[in-house]
Amino acid sequence: MKILTGNDLKSGAVVWWDGRNWSLHVEDACDVGEDAAMIAAREDAERRVVVPYAIEATVDADGRIRPAHIKDRIRALGPTVRTDLTLRPADPEAGTWVI
Amino acid sequence: MYQYDRYDQQMVDARVADFRDQVRRRLDGKLTEDQFKPLRLMNGLYLQLHAYMLRVAVPYGTLSAAQMHMLGTIADKYDRGYGHFTTRQNIQYNWIRLEDAPDILSELSTVEMHAIQTSGNCIRNISADHFAGAAADEVADPRPYAELMRQWSSFHPEFSYLPRKFKIAVIASETDRAAMRLHDIGIRIHKNDAGELGAAFYVGGGMGRTPMISHLVREWVPLDRLITYAEACLRVYNRYGRRDNKYKARIKILLHEIGAEDYAAQVDAEYQHLLDQGVEPPFAELERIRTFFADPSFVQGLSDGVDQSDQAFAAWVQQNTHLHRMHGYTSATISLKPVGGIPGDATAAQIHLMADLAKEFSFDECRVTHAQNIVLPHVEQRRLYELWQRLDAAGLATANLDNIGDIIACPGLDYCSLANARAIPLAQKISQRFADNGKEAVIGELKLKISGCINACGHHHAGHIGILGVDRKGRENYQLLLGGSEGADTSLGKITGPGFDEDGVVDAIEKTTELYLAQRQEGERFLDTYRRIGMEPFKEVLYG
Amino acid sequence: MAEPISGTDSEARELDDVQFRFRNDEMVDHPAVTVDAFVGQTNASAVRIEPGDDARDLLLHLDRIALVEVNFPSFGDGRGYSAARILREAGYAGELRAVGDVLIDQLSHMRRCGFDSFAPAVRLDATDAERAFATWPDVYQAAVDGRAPIWTLRHGGRDGGGNG
Ligand code: SF4
Repeated sequence: MKILTGNDLKSGAVVWWDGRNWSLHVEDACDVGEDAAMIAAREDAERRVVVPYAIEATVDADGRIRPAHIKDRIRALGPTVRTDLTLRPADPEAGTWVI
Repeated sequence: MYQYDRYDQQMVDARVADFRDQVRRRLDGKLTEDQFKPLRLMNGLYLQLHAYMLRVAVPYGTLSAAQMHMLGTIADKYDRGYGHFTTRQNIQYNWIRLEDAPDILSELSTVEMHAIQTSGNCIRNISADHFAGAAADEVADPRPYAELMRQWSSFHPEFSYLPRKFKIAVIASETDRAAMRLHDIGIRIHKNDAGELGAAFYVGGGMGRTPMISHLVREWVPLDRLITYAEACLRVYNRYGRRDNKYKARIKILLHEIGAEDYAAQVDAEYQHLLDQGVEPPFAELERIRTFFADPSFVQGLSDGVDQSDQAFAAWVQQNTHLHRMHGYTSATISLKPVGGIPGDATAAQIHLMADLAKEFSFDECRVTHAQNIVLPHVEQRRLYELWQRLDAAGLATANLDNIGDIIACPGLDYCSLANARAIPLAQKISQRFADNGKEAVIGELKLKISGCINACGHHHAGHIGILGVDRKGRENYQLLLGGSEGADTSLGKITGPGFDEDGVVDAIEKTTELYLAQRQEGERFLDTYRRIGMEPFKEVLYG
Repeated sequence: MAEPISGTDSEARELDDVQFRFRNDEMVDHPAVTVDAFVGQTNASAVRIEPGDDARDLLLHLDRIALVEVNFPSFGDGRGYSAARILREAGYAGELRAVGDVLIDQLSHMRRCGFDSFAPAVRLDATDAERAFATWPDVYQAAVDGRAPIWTLRHGGRDGGGNG
């Protein structure tokens, strides 16, 4: 699938397009198909997001969305060397998800 | 230390107001991201993997206790309780909100700090020897010259849109502790036979994709012509430097293409022209700046010597202190490289503690080193044990300076949007491996440097052992380099061969050090052995 | 810092869409030619410098130039700043116009490098521009705008307009 990501203009937080809004959680991302460029341009112009871009992603065995590239998996999680600051602070193994 | 007068303060305040206005225009939609990006970069604000990142300038690496405290306060108030000291002697915060950035700059300005030109295609924060003013082998304190150049390069009207970033380092000793030959311009203050001071200009060094060691373009620039000559160097570059390919835009490529001699001749012509243009500050200005760097009130007549009966303390003294030019004093390095830790990171509490220690033990002064550690430059030897105990209690007394555990690592793919691979986890594994096998002290000096991509912020070309992270079909892969050095004997590392995965590279480093231990002769460091026996034996143990 | 003499409101928009002009002589009314064409042609008095051109090629002809346009195809290409200063340092006193991708945040630096008229490809917000021209209460370097740098002021030089 193709999903759309970027950073929130004001906070810089990593965000994912869920079909209506920007979410902090990659699990909320929706398949944007051919609409990526159109949505990206509109949201950029509205200043709801900064440098949006579309990426490939797969759905893993547990039904979780997994960006194809390691960089976006790290963006989806947070720094692997500070799992306490990631979106899964209670899970010390969270870092292995990106590999 | 240098202190702002009303002019300096006014300039920094103007910059804060200016940036506040730029942020407003961005949020109002009057600036596109393409237009805003170079503006925020000139104020040190990047957009990284997880948030905005703010890089605060630490001019020539020198900080007062109050400034250091402010860095801790910002870490707590606007970030997530920590900061990262960088190889450019600066500090970076990883979790900054765009909306907060003007307020942060405003708070910094209250202690004479800023983020001016810590990024962008302009003259960057100027670096210097971290033992400036303390080292026994200096002919002068290099920082007054760095400060003069800081002022000259701030908001320079002609050189704010250069082909690429531009880095300047200033030293004043034979021994280069600032990687001076790997800067766009390296300046070495030295003495002639008549005992006068002058500046040697080295141009066109750099790391990155095409590492090069700089060329000496002029042996002697009189101190009252420093700015004029620097201006000439920059103008020739600005006029010719390539804009068509950002990988070829650095001044090192220009020198490579037209030749150092041709470049020097053109600079000379420009210099002759500029001598009549009145661009040089009055010499009285240099003298004014120098007064700020006068000696602190050292206790005279102290004797040298430290009771080293406590073994752990003795190890730290031997490893982490540096010869001071005053009897009875030493420069102490606080390692930000605990075993298994993140190189260069410090918590807000640690930053505040180091600020307190700077005040109590080192005349209100500390330094950031390009190896991502903190120096207390002027510590009385008789108080060293007390200092060490305070550091030890806070986990800041790791005795590993310049050893394999004192790894330089850039933020890599954990934070940096340009990265190909992570650097920090590798540093953690290596320092853990060598702590566990007990070989660190046996191996002795071995500078290991890791970059997460070809931009080389982790100085991998200049490591005795360097590691470069690359992307190999979507997976992290690491190339190993041997034989780099940034010291007096600057050299660039050579790649051993095919890369390794994360665990593979840790094993490879262990094999490399074992070969060294087997081969080394009396008194040889790793680098010396490598230079004597060459790459082949290492290739054999790695790939044979 | 001086107010522009013409052009902060839309009525004043004239030749080549000059939006800000800090001189009161007549504007040149014929188009600027390329540096190559100019050097080989004796009757032109307006010339346009592109980033790859060498401003020094004009130095022998300064007395017959009334207008130099320096083009900024992209604001990030800063060669035009050096071109402008080189001309002013050589004594050129005619109009020096920045054209192309000229944006708010480059105005103050351009002014310091000797530009005295501005024809941005996209019209700028007049209030923002006014603030931009006045960004720096004082300046650290000597350039070609005649402002006394801070280090001169510190050592008894003429005060170029700081607040006392
Ligand atoms: S070397 Fe590359 S990965 Fe490391 S900080 Fe620099 S740009 Fe980022």
